[in-house]
Amino acid sequence: MTPLLSLRHVSKTFGSRPRAVHAVRDVSFDVAQGECLAVVGESGSGKTTLANMILGVFGQSSGEIWFDGKGLPIRRTLEHRSAIQLVQQNPLSSLNPKRSVGASIRLGLDVFGIGARSDRWRLVEDALEEVGLPGNFRRRPPAALSGGQCQRVAIARALACQSRLVILDEPTSALDVLVQARVLRLLEDLRRVKGLSYVFITHDLSVVRNVADRVAVFRAGRLVECAETPAIFENPQVDYTRQLIGAVPVVAEDELKLRESLSGGVPE
Amino acid sequence: MSDVLEVRDLCLRFRGYSGMSEVLHGISLNVRAGERVALVGESGSGKSVTARIVLGLLQELPSARVEGGLFFEGEDLNRLSRRQWQALRGTSISMIFQDPTSSLNPVFTIGTQFAEVLRRRDPKLSREAADERAGTLLQSVSIHDHARVLSAYPFQLSGGMNQRVVIAMALANHPSLLIADEPGTALDVTVQAQTLKLMHELVERSGTAVLFISHNLGVVREFADRVFVIYRGRIVEQGPTRAIFEDPGHAYTRALMAAVPRITGGGLPELNDSESAFLDPMVVHEGGKA
Repeated sequence: MTPLLSLRHVSKTFGSRPRAVHAVRDVSFDVAQGECLAVVGESGSGKTTLANMILGVFGQSSGEIWFDGKGLPIRRTLEHRSAIQLVQQNPLSSLNPKRSVGASIRLGLDVFGIGARSDRWRLVEDALEEVGLPGNFRRRPPAALSGGQCQRVAIARALACQSRLVILDEPTSALDVLVQARVLRLLEDLRRVKGLSYVFITHDLSVVRNVADRVAVFRAGRLVECAETPAIFENPQVDYTRQLIGAVPVVAEDELKLRESLSGGVPE
Repeated sequence: MSDVLEVRDLCLRFRGYSGMSEVLHGISLNVRAGERVALVGESGSGKSVTARIVLGLLQELPSARVEGGLFFEGEDLNRLSRRQWQALRGTSISMIFQDPTSSLNPVFTIGTQFAEVLRRRDPKLSREAADERAGTLLQSVSIHDHARVLSAYPFQLSGGMNQRVVIAMALANHPSLLIADEPGTALDVTVQAQTLKLMHELVERSGTAVLFISHNLGVVREFADRVFVIYRGRIVEQGPTRAIFEDPGHAYTRALMAAVPRITGGGLPELNDSESAFLDPMVVHEGGKA
């Protein structure tokens, strides 16, 4: 089966010699239809640069990005832009404070020409209901919503645009643990029901363990390890992956044992 | 062991457009000498306001009404004048905030800010002597190129480096109590682990008591000796860390534990929001014998 997203030898360099910064170097991976691929690594490892290239915010310096069997042009068509959506880390700042949340969702529908004009408010309300919010929330400003509710709105915005691939850039790291659990459950349900694919960018490996099908570990712009989730946690091949798992704060005894058995320890 | 900090029946109300809203409903907690105590709860539960009251910061706000007993090393903090409060901050009680970069002044170098902190204890300290002491303190937080760091501005350093600087500053004047408000949240998982390990070693060496505020249960388990769980402005459970984690008594604590994704897998946690006790912060539990 053709993968939904395919990256082939993708690199991104900012600036020019001698001060060039190689943010992403020769990265290749696939994301299948309905799959959740976690991209993990520290700050500066190239995770967000990668997301921006997939979204078309800027082009890659070399290599190719394929979506649904076709090469993605640097200047994306409306169709591509609606099919690949982003949910950002900070839910409050990713919504326009001067617009109602409904207007923020509707903007996508207007730009991408989704549905008949007269029908679009109904589509906005449907999208809100799909993420567990009442349809009449569309009149509220983002400031009147909690962090978890704003994140649901951001997810509703991605859904309303009929996306097929959603880039989740640390979608739960600004949320409390109880709210995080609810948002993760929602994302999981949507993936199952709608067949969405996710590129889940995070540095929280305990979340990754429970939501991702496969994990891609990044370090200094390079893909150092990519494997099925259980393999990454039970038998990591690279020391850096062991260190990342070793740094996760844990609450249960069995987690402590797993972490100690990997003996990566806290990186110095 | 004597209490470094004792908070007795602390209430906090804010005056707003729609009248008074009560934020803390009589919380009591204590921190003993050299002990690491965690205050755990969600956003809005009242963790950070408690820390700010202990530092005397909220009392200065005209819209805030603070009532209740505050004792630091046996001394009644409510009787202190503004000047005496001011003298206490940064010397006997210091604080580390969540975001290291925004808690440092962006227009002064680290060296200038370090000298200001050190002069709170020793006002006649020369800049050269301050730089020398700052260098030694930075060494203790594993910053070896201290000359570069002292001449740098906060935005020229990474988040992890800034947090180390803040920790070194907070411990510079040998405080009896360190309040750490989510010190690792803004950092990467590996940098967070390094920072907490470092803080653990330093407070153990210096015997400083710590009030550690966090919503991350994993971090609390690794750092704290004793835990207070705060929910909707009330302490709902307290006890030694091990006892709380092995046998949480309050339904809210159990829900918090259940919501943490595990690195051993097992899928996403199922949340049972309908549990009646979960919504009742009046039920108080004491885990084990503190």
